[in-house]
Amino acid sequence: MKTIAMVVGILALAGTIVPAALFFFESLWGPLFGAAGTAPTVSLTVVKTVMLGSAIAWFAAAPFWMKVE
Amino acid sequence: MSHETHDGAEAVAGDVDSSFESGTGEYERQRVPDHALKGPSAFWGMYAGEHTAGTEFMIGPLFVKWGADAFGLIVGLLVGNLLAVLTWRFLTATIACEERLTLYYKMEKIAGRGLVVLYNLANGLLFCFLAGSMITVSATAVGPFFPPGTIEMPTFRSTLPTGPAWIVSCIAIGAAMTLVALRGYGVVAQVGHYAAPWMMLVFVACALVTLGRLGTADLWSLLTPAPGTPRTISFLGIVCFSWFCNAAMHLGMADLSVLRFAKRPSAGWASAAGMFLGHYVAWICAALLLIYWVRRHGVDPQVGMDPGTMVNDAVGWAGLLCVIIAGWTTANPTIYRAGLAFQGMLPGMSRTAATLLAGAVCIAAGIFPAFAMNLLDFVGIYGTILAPIGGIIVVDHFLADAVGIPRDPAARSGSAFNMVVFVSWLVPVAVAMWLYQAQGVFASYLPLPSAIACGLLYIVLSRFTGPATIAGAVRNPAGRNLTGDPA
Repeated sequence: MKTIAMVVGILALAGTIVPAALFFFESLWGPLFGAAGTAPTVSLTVVKTVMLGSAIAWFAAAPFWMKVE
Repeated sequence: MSHETHDGAEAVAGDVDSSFESGTGEYERQRVPDHALKGPSAFWGMYAGEHTAGTEFMIGPLFVKWGADAFGLIVGLLVGNLLAVLTWRFLTATIACEERLTLYYKMEKIAGRGLVVLYNLANGLLFCFLAGSMITVSATAVGPFFPPGTIEMPTFRSTLPTGPAWIVSCIAIGAAMTLVALRGYGVVAQVGHYAAPWMMLVFVACALVTLGRLGTADLWSLLTPAPGTPRTISFLGIVCFSWFCNAAMHLGMADLSVLRFAKRPSAGWASAAGMFLGHYVAWICAALLLIYWVRRHGVDPQVGMDPGTMVNDAVGWAGLLCVIIAGWTTANPTIYRAGLAFQGMLPGMSRTAATLLAGAVCIAAGIFPAFAMNLLDFVGIYGTILAPIGGIIVVDHFLADAVGIPRDPAARSGSAFNMVVFVSWLVPVAVAMWLYQAQGVFASYLPLPSAIACGLLYIVLSRFTGPATIAGAVRNPAGRNLTGDPA
């Protein structure tokens, strides 16, 4: 259980920062996937949705593995 | 900046209520024993979490309003936060590990219990205004959940409540925080601990999205104010602000209560997690949010935009959640501790009544955006009032023997109110307040001179009055001899 929670927690943290980072890179240097000139892979709506889901996942998982001293 | 709350409510409780001996395992009135000491990891996480507060969303944009330039924000904040870490490491942590006492007990031994109560009152009131600012920030996150215009959001120029809906938002959030504070803050402290790494990433995500929308990674150019922007904060002002926004904690020695549990003074380096992640990174990320609104939407930086709207626009509901949690996890224990301070002043008052009183003062302060919108000044005043006590502790710990004054004079004499300490504290603070009010000196310039003046005055007055005066001061009614030495 603890291992699963830890994996979920790490994925949730990744889900908090990776979409924003992809949005940043695509905004500056074009789509990371697909041909140049095509629509960006990660829109702001996607960033917001994934971040919200990640927030829920983080708070669901963290109590099962994070140590509080 | 969070002025936070990490010295443990139980420790405060033990000091402000009438129960003298430790029954809580917090060692409020004794040296922390070796078996209770903690390794550095306990402090790194704590500092990272405690210094990522809702008010960080205000401070970054306030720097933009004050016309801070790129060099000031990137280099000045680096220098100021480094100086804060060094103060924690070489002053606070050193004294904490050698004395291993709470600030309150150490202060009682120097100044007497009566003066500790007075200090608690000042601390409690300042806590209320600080928690009020956090309520203000959290309330701005409520607006985006309703149709536009339902809640009129405050701007940098707002001093009064913006309308009935705003007042209701503040009361609802403040009441929720107070009710949780009534039940103790263990759960909220845990949520704060869990939230810390996530909140940090939300701040960075806000910055990445903002940079993406602005279409540039040139941070230096973005942080350079537009021509004509009034510059009301200098490089030195930024350095001093970041150094002294937590002056009460490091220079003022409030963190003795935390760091006394450290195995070694090197635990003081843990404050770097709070200063460089919670302050340095978070403030710059928050500043970028307003810069985007200034550049893309033509918002006047002197008017600003509320944190809730900016964060919602950048990263959506996850950001709003972050604003609420960041405010809540730091305001809630602050209300709890303010209640304890009031209870210390009025011992007949129940803990519940004291917490409700503190909550009511915090809500009243939160309704008026003036406190949050003047946060840069407020934290300077906060440090100026409380940090001088640290100057006296530094003198007592490092210099007392060398300059020929007694260590822990109130404990030796059984005094309940050391007039020398009171005068040494009052005079520099009064002069500093005059400089701030009448001369317009930036509040963050004042904590260090006040603390040094307080320490010097304490030496001079102690030498001038001599032990007889201290011994002749109001006796501790309990007749307690705190040192074990003959009084």
